[in-house]
Amino acid sequence: MDIFIQQLINGLVLGSIYALVALGYTMVYGILELINFAHGEVTMIGAMVALAVIGALLGAHPELPGMMVLLAGVLVAVPACMALGFVIERVAYRPLRKAPRLAPLITAIGVSIVLQNAAMLIWGRGYVSFPAILPRGRHDLLGATVSDLQIAIVALSILTMFGLVFLVNHTRLGRAMRATAQSREVAELMGVNVNTVISATFIIGSALAAIAGVMVSAYYGLAHYYMGFLLGLKAFSAAVLGGIGNITGAVLGGLLLGVIEALGAGYIGDLTGGFLGSNYQDVFAFMVLILVLVFRPSGLLGERVASRA
Amino acid sequence: MSLLEAKGFKVHYGGIQAVRGVDFEVGEGELVCLIGANGAGKSSILKGLMGLVQHGGEIRFAGERLSGRPTHAIARLGLALVPEGRGIFGRLTVAENLDMGAYSRRDTAVVRSDLARVYRLFPRLAERRTQLAGTLSGGEQQMLAIGRAMMARPRLLLLDEPSMGLAPLMVQKIYQTITDIAREGVTILLVEQNAHLALQVSQRGYVMESGAMVLSGSSDLLANDPGVKAAYLGE
Repeated sequence: MDIFIQQLINGLVLGSIYALVALGYTMVYGILELINFAHGEVTMIGAMVALAVIGALLGAHPELPGMMVLLAGVLVAVPACMALGFVIERVAYRPLRKAPRLAPLITAIGVSIVLQNAAMLIWGRGYVSFPAILPRGRHDLLGATVSDLQIAIVALSILTMFGLVFLVNHTRLGRAMRATAQSREVAELMGVNVNTVISATFIIGSALAAIAGVMVSAYYGLAHYYMGFLLGLKAFSAAVLGGIGNITGAVLGGLLLGVIEALGAGYIGDLTGGFLGSNYQDVFAFMVLILVLVFRPSGLLGERVASRA
Repeated sequence: MSLLEAKGFKVHYGGIQAVRGVDFEVGEGELVCLIGANGAGKSSILKGLMGLVQHGGEIRFAGERLSGRPTHAIARLGLALVPEGRGIFGRLTVAENLDMGAYSRRDTAVVRSDLARVYRLFPRLAERRTQLAGTLSGGEQQMLAIGRAMMARPRLLLLDEPSMGLAPLMVQKIYQTITDIAREGVTILLVEQNAHLALQVSQRGYVMESGAMVLSGSSDLLANDPGVKAAYLGE
């Protein structure tokens, strides 16, 4: 029972990070019906930039409080990723707006490769470790342990998601985004500059990715030029699980996937009589993806295509 | 000078010419109709005006050239199209759809009074303001599409087949509203397959046939033209 609660907690923490990344996939898909496969790499760049800033600051001023250094890292990583998201859309997707579906998918993979290699050239092939600036408090909860970091990750994720939901549902930009998602042509007729809305979507999604990137590197204590690949793929699976294009679905899919993965990792040893260990945890995300695609391709909260106006 | 003036206006889809160089104009405060059979190119004219399809020739709106401008910029000049099939945002509420109509306006106080006016014009929309627009009936959706266009305070309202697919009673109600809106001084270009209705409410009309304007004149004159009677009024 202790393992169950512990893994449930771990899963929710991981899941809230997946959810933040999944939101980026789902928002872009909702408006452009495009899978931005470079999105995982934006997460990686966010982690790398934040770590570079944190490292430089600690090197120059070791006396600064850890939280301040972390904040500085995030404050640089977020705008850097927003700019990156904007540029990716302009360079890799906008020129192909009227091209067949396959074309932007290929440029997306191209952008991924370029970003991975750029990161490798800048930050090297090895792991970049997260300096010990984080609070290390631990608390007991129903026989399981929760760290300060885990609490902070979940709290910040929730806050960010509420911010996004408010933006989408209660602001002029959000209304324009939802209108554009339903019909680009009619949105244009209302005077909406659809290109601006699409740029905004990429910028917002990339900001969430930057936050998620910092979280994931803080959680695992390291970052790596290749980390965006698996994270991106899992977050994409989460978005599909929730119903791609649906914002609530992305959050639900992310949390669910995190929990499935953590519980799977916790029990896989027992289930297979020790044959498979917890290092097989990654199979669960993709098993879920396969099951969803086979049995419910529209996802848990997916919209029926017919309801599109 | 007319509010809208088109000279040698063409619309083509790929290699297919849907409108073959037509001249027409709409004066300030007029209600002008464009009638003709299905596929004559009426809707293409409206889409071309809004920059939704490729077009050529010269169009001036209040002295400004429309050619080459993106659709959202044309909308901001004061043209509003109620598209064929209504084009409402089904997953937005009725109120949000109306807000989208006023998207590019900054005069919040006037927008609020315009919203009240639309709700007065269509009390049914006021009752359903929090409902998702996709749940409305066809007639209610048409009301919403017209109300949404009115929220832009257009200088020229373009209506594409507002009677299509509606029950006779609803058609009457929609046309009553169109007349009311015209009486308030809004300039309207009305595209309609139902020539009877269109000629009843309009002052002037153009008749289109396979991409060309074949006849134009006052609506009374057109309604009594033997050719129009035979081809479009079924008399």
